[in-house]
Amino acid sequence: MIEFWLSLPPLLQATLKGLAVIAVIFPLAGAGSMAERKVSAWIQGRPGPNRAAIPWLVKIPFLGRALQRLGLFQLLADGLKFFFKEDPVPGHVNKFYFFLAPAVALIPALTTVVAVPFGAWLDGDTVVPIGLANVDLGLLAIFAVSSLGVYALILAGWASNSKYPFLGGVRASAQFISYELSMTISVLPVFLWVNSPGMRGSLSLARVVEFQSLPGFWGGAWFIFTMPVCALIFLIALFAETNRQPFDMPESEADLVGGFHTEYGAFKWAIFFVAEYAHMIVGSGIFTLLFLGGWNPLPWVSLADFSALIGIAGNPLVVGVVSIVIFLLKVLFLIFFFMWVRWTVPRFRYDQVMVLGWQKLLPLSIANLFFYLVVIALLQERL
Amino acid sequence: MAILPVERRPLTLSERSYLPQIARGLKTTLKHIFAPNETMEYPEVQPEIPPGYRGVPTLVTDPHGREKCVSCQLCEFVCPPKAIRITPGSVPEGSGREHIEKAPEEFKIDMLRCIYCGLCQEVCPEEAIFLQNQFSLNGLTREEMVHDKKRLYELGGSLPDRHFKWDKKKAAAEHGNAH
Amino acid sequence: MSQTAPSPDLVTVNIDGQEIAVPKGTNVIEAARKLAVDIPHYCYHEKLSVAGNCRMCLIEMGMPAVDPATKAPIIDEATGKQKVNWIPKPVIGCGTNVSPGMHIRTTTPMVKDARESVMEFLLINHPLDCPICDQAGECKLQEQATGYGRGYSRYIEPKNVKPKRTVLGPRVTLDDERCILCSRCIRFSREIAKDDVLGFTERGSYSTLTCFPGRELANNYSLNTVDICPVGALTSTDFRFKMRVWFLKQTNSICTESSVGANTVVWSREGTIYRITPRQNDAVNDTWMTDSGRMLYKEVQAENRLTRPLVRGVAVTADAALDAATELLRSAQPGTVAIVGSGRSSVEEQFLTRKLAEALGDKVGAPVSVVSRVGEGDGLLLSADRNPNLRGALITGLIEALPPTYAPLAALAAAIEAGEVKTVISVGEDLAEAGLSAEQLAKVSVIYLSTHANATSQAAAVVLPTLTVFEKSGSFVNQQFRIQKFAQAVPGPAGAADDLATLSALIAIAGGGRGGPVSDRNAVPNGRVETLWKALAAEVPAFANVTYQEIPDDGLLLDATPYASLPFVEGETLHHKPTTPISPLNERATTSTAA
Repeated sequence: MIEFWLSLPPLLQATLKGLAVIAVIFPLAGAGSMAERKVSAWIQGRPGPNRAAIPWLVKIPFLGRALQRLGLFQLLADGLKFFFKEDPVPGHVNKFYFFLAPAVALIPALTTVVAVPFGAWLDGDTVVPIGLANVDLGLLAIFAVSSLGVYALILAGWASNSKYPFLGGVRASAQFISYELSMTISVLPVFLWVNSPGMRGSLSLARVVEFQSLPGFWGGAWFIFTMPVCALIFLIALFAETNRQPFDMPESEADLVGGFHTEYGAFKWAIFFVAEYAHMIVGSGIFTLLFLGGWNPLPWVSLADFSALIGIAGNPLVVGVVSIVIFLLKVLFLIFFFMWVRWTVPRFRYDQVMVLGWQKLLPLSIANLFFYLVVIALLQERL
Repeated sequence: MAILPVERRPLTLSERSYLPQIARGLKTTLKHIFAPNETMEYPEVQPEIPPGYRGVPTLVTDPHGREKCVSCQLCEFVCPPKAIRITPGSVPEGSGREHIEKAPEEFKIDMLRCIYCGLCQEVCPEEAIFLQNQFSLNGLTREEMVHDKKRLYELGGSLPDRHFKWDKKKAAAEHGNAH
Repeated sequence: MSQTAPSPDLVTVNIDGQEIAVPKGTNVIEAARKLAVDIPHYCYHEKLSVAGNCRMCLIEMGMPAVDPATKAPIIDEATGKQKVNWIPKPVIGCGTNVSPGMHIRTTTPMVKDARESVMEFLLINHPLDCPICDQAGECKLQEQATGYGRGYSRYIEPKNVKPKRTVLGPRVTLDDERCILCSRCIRFSREIAKDDVLGFTERGSYSTLTCFPGRELANNYSLNTVDICPVGALTSTDFRFKMRVWFLKQTNSICTESSVGANTVVWSREGTIYRITPRQNDAVNDTWMTDSGRMLYKEVQAENRLTRPLVRGVAVTADAALDAATELLRSAQPGTVAIVGSGRSSVEEQFLTRKLAEALGDKVGAPVSVVSRVGEGDGLLLSADRNPNLRGALITGLIEALPPTYAPLAALAAAIEAGEVKTVISVGEDLAEAGLSAEQLAKVSVIYLSTHANATSQAAAVVLPTLTVFEKSGSFVNQQFRIQKFAQAVPGPAGAADDLATLSALIAIAGGGRGGPVSDRNAVPNGRVETLWKALAAEVPAFANVTYQEIPDDGLLLDATPYASLPFVEGETLHHKPTTPISPLNERATTSTAA
């Protein structure tokens, strides 16, 4: 099967991969929105959406009813609604950019997935990561592309040609730029650790996971244990970059109506929504890879050990599926964590966001970087 | 009472980082995820109507199924949105109820106008109109939403009576003068 | 106020500390009323004799103290004023006439106590059926139980049982249980209606109001007993259980039954009239009116009410009807158009009818006839002339002489037979009823302004629906030459236009134009009446200094002397003596003595 895949022309491969990304991310983002509603409801002591039903599907004993209670049909209903509802374009907007903005939002969100390895299979003893493209640039590529996402918000805010979207766009640009700094600096220690002097340098995320599956106490420890401050800063910056509460300044329903997407409706609005969830999924994936050991099931238990333990090491396909499941579970937990935080921490004021970003996180991340510079230098000398 | 300025206690480092507080908050919200739902799943579950609830206004009969309203039109008068319309009529001789003399020929409540204030119930001297437990009301036409006498009695049913005022009146009339 | 009486027939009394000079013979209730001091009462009525049997008007009375021997005033040391000897028991206000220096107290504990006790006695046997009682809302017992009653009942024994639905007459039903035996109705029948049929039988709490055996309360004034009944005992069979009075809008109007011009109040709700009651005017009808006049409101919603303009019996639009009228009047030879005016039209309509006649004729104007209606006067409030406004026709110049009392349209009939008249405009008069035969009607084209369908409307070429007196505003001049206003009580039916607007349109047609926009025909007549009065004041000498707004609610007496020689048909009625025409000067004296 793999031979067949490799025998395909590269262009077709790329197209198929791209379609696969869309086919996976779109439903995942939809499921994310559903999960958002359900988790919100549970935290608030409500059942959440549980009424929508597909006529005979709901008649399947137990399962149909369970799906209805879970609100899964609501997801389909909402999707259909977005397809069929009227898509108004206000008269005062700049049409070209107004239409462009959702596309600009979606493209980086989907593109970044390409560089994220989401599983691994065992080729003999070597762990081969599964990903659409295992580029050496890795995280740098992701950062580079995902930071384009802010243009969508600015574009939407500006093209809407009205007050609230404009303010939302302005906030988005300021917030994203502020937190990108700390975010990037916070991951540097990880790569300093991974790329010790004398070795070939790489920003590949698969390599980061590889380092977290080394034997021994320090080798098996996930980076969240060895570099907790990095993880914390990265997580906070991730919240800000994905525009999630308590950092949803660009949207902030309470003071800006709907922020940058105030003037958007129907499917264009849905695209913004999907893009936001795609960002969340990719962000969670990166966090998993960097700090939570990627597809390794537990700290100090690598995928290879785990496969050997349960006796599937000989079957690469099964190992691959298991690794993907492990990875996805971690990602899903992080997405749940996003939602969990949303209903726990109230939204910051705009000035608080700026203070936190520039006066707290940036110095902290720089200090943290210096700390690890010294530590790694000392350790390196000893090794 | 003197005003005592109290020095604010300086925050500790952990407090200033907010992280323990956020963790505690997360704990609280997590607890709520597993707590039972507060939502009442209407319409499968119907709410318990508290006493004194002001639902749809209805006309009631006494325990013997007899009309209580005498069309005094006080409810029509007091009704703030003027939702009530009564056509008064007299009770025909020989109906066995001619001692009551007056009864509504038609009684209409426009439920599109009604504001469920309960003043009609409060003002009724015959205890004939009650805002009962029904709170859900709809219709497909405006005409349907104007409740006529028949519908009002269907909705109202019978309620206990403490007075049987008109029975006493009839008994007194049959008994004749006391002296 | 000074202590000295300003004129010998005035008596100064002191009521609750306030002094007032009132004419001799005034009773305490009336004297107190002038000071806005309310003395509650049931049996007393200002137009009836004093019975003094309800005891509600009990007050405390005292006279200035004088030394029995010297007749010198005894001065109170403390105040320096003459001492007052208070009578230890309360006296009734209605039966006590004022005397010089009399002191009255209406707010003392004794008076309050007396009122409470009287109320308690009255309520002992009064049924608590206010929810079904038609009097509720205008019931003296309700009002005074609230104002002066105890507020609760100590009486636990069974109440008296009496007949609930005694039919006293064709229009009056009696609920005996509610009767408080005030005897107002008995006194009214005896003194005003001069039909002494009512009386009390039995004694004590068995007392019952009844008609004398073999008689019934059937006179034409029987419904006044319902008006003056302070409780809901006497009820109008017509109004019984129809509508609560608090919903009814009251509009001042004038009874159109006869030239008496009784002042009335029209009680309506949402465009429906429920009853008509008299309005007090001491110069015209006191507080009474006829039963027959009360039933006139039924014409408003009569079966044969016209609501669509007709052209030769076919319902058409208002525009088409006016076009047809235009056609008729344009094609008519000059001098062949005759007008039948009406003594039932208002002054304003008669004025416009005159204008129409002037506009139609070449030089002299079209001939105008007015239909007379002569019946038998009852000497009270129904005069022989059943036209409410015949004098208006004289004053506005519509006619110069009185119409013949017999066969009023004989001259017109002759002209029709002779072929001199080809077109007749009738302003609200049923020509067939007034004496034109069907053949005569067939010979002419009739333009008929009418409220109801009848033989004339069937024969008419053009029928223009108009309004009844309840649906428009205007004024009538009654037999005393008193001009009285009536106001619109209810809106007219859709399709019927205001008479003034229709007449204006006809005048415009006759003058060569097509009249104003037809939408104007349904304009609110109020504004139009007042505008019209500018023309009336300018062209009618009698109204030279009168504006519509200034006519008071009880009417304005006009100078009758120019018409003194005319042989009016009216006999003597209440406040009207035809032999000596009443002039504005001695009229006031007449009313005051009658009151």
